[in-house]
Amino acid sequence: MNLAFDILTVSAVSAGALFFLAGTVGLLRFPDPLTRLHALTKVDNLGVGLVVLGLLPRANGLSGALKLVSIWLLVQLSGAIVTQLIAGAVRQRGPHG
Amino acid sequence: MIISSFFDIVLVVLILGIGASTIAAREAFAAIICFVVYGLLLAIAWVRLSAADVALTEAAIGGGMTGMLMLGAVARLRSAEGNDIRTSLPTRLAAGAMCALISAGLATAILVPPEVIPTLAPMVMENLAQSGLGNPVAGVLFVYRALDTLLEKVVLILALLGVWSLAPDGAWGGIPGLRVYTQPSRTLTFLAQLLPPVGIVVAVYMCWVGANEPGGAFQGGTILAAMWLLVMIAGLKRVPAIGQPWLRLLLVVGPVIFLAIGLAGMVLAGAFLAYPSGYAKPLIVTVEFALTLSIGVALGLLAAGPPEQAQRQ
Repeated sequence: MNLAFDILTVSAVSAGALFFLAGTVGLLRFPDPLTRLHALTKVDNLGVGLVVLGLLPRANGLSGALKLVSIWLLVQLSGAIVTQLIAGAVRQRGPHG
Repeated sequence: MIISSFFDIVLVVLILGIGASTIAAREAFAAIICFVVYGLLLAIAWVRLSAADVALTEAAIGGGMTGMLMLGAVARLRSAEGNDIRTSLPTRLAAGAMCALISAGLATAILVPPEVIPTLAPMVMENLAQSGLGNPVAGVLFVYRALDTLLEKVVLILALLGVWSLAPDGAWGGIPGLRVYTQPSRTLTFLAQLLPPVGIVVAVYMCWVGANEPGGAFQGGTILAAMWLLVMIAGLKRVPAIGQPWLRLLLVVGPVIFLAIGLAGMVLAGAFLAYPSGYAKPLIVTVEFALTLSIGVALGLLAAGPPEQAQRQ
């Protein structure tokens, strides 16, 4: 059982790290603000989500696990809202405003 | 072991790099963004040093609140007329020299430590149980160095008075002109409706666990302030006039209760800011809750800035 949890942790956290890497490369390489935002949201949703999933078996009881999941939900919420706000500003004032 | 030291080295290099780019940035806005990132990286460094209390405060105050204050300052500078003030070369040289002096002093203190590092930590851990608290940081803040903590909260109010004193005569007691970059939008309104209930619960939790685990009045108060600012920026609630009696009451309730308990200690426990034995924890938690409210209001008003328009009747 422990081995299964360890495999889950290692694979999920590694997959999450991969999304972080991909998101960072996207942030640096994509040509305009909207596509860069697209790269960033992948990190918020899947990157953090997979890391949280991987850490769940190691959480400190049920309340620890709930805290981890609520962190993921809060990151998702703030990520989605901030992306909307930045995209709105870009649309209004142009990419350099 | 190797992975964690590799992580630490990368972290230190990142902190130094972002520190350098904060100084080197030509645009004030870019410098502030760098400064906020610097605060967040520093918070991770504090976690690596097992100082979770400091990390929380650094992330909340150093990264979040200070960044917000400076963004407000930049917004004011941009909208002010004749803002093309250039600091002269001698002033910049003097500022640079002072900063270098402080850095050199800090570097000496850290790189050449005394043979035996003076510490009271073992004594704190030995006597912590008497206070009923589980978090040694809270123990130091509210039992051993209570006077410092009290004065720290008074300083916060003095800082707010400093901001308020920038108000023109006609606007005194009026409504602060909260300057922000974003225009009110439906997305922001949605966030301001959804997040504050969650944020208030987190703030109360932070304050409550502060007695036994990392957390406390300052961290909780900062979250309260952030929620309040969010609601005001989204335009769901107006910024209150600073002359409102309830506002002034909330500002001082924390320090006043702290002071009252301190004075009561002179009679009941024989010393200023001493707690009667057996009652230390309930008294400290009471003070923490009152302080959380006061800190939240004070930080929110600091970010809202000086009053700009007279209160409408």
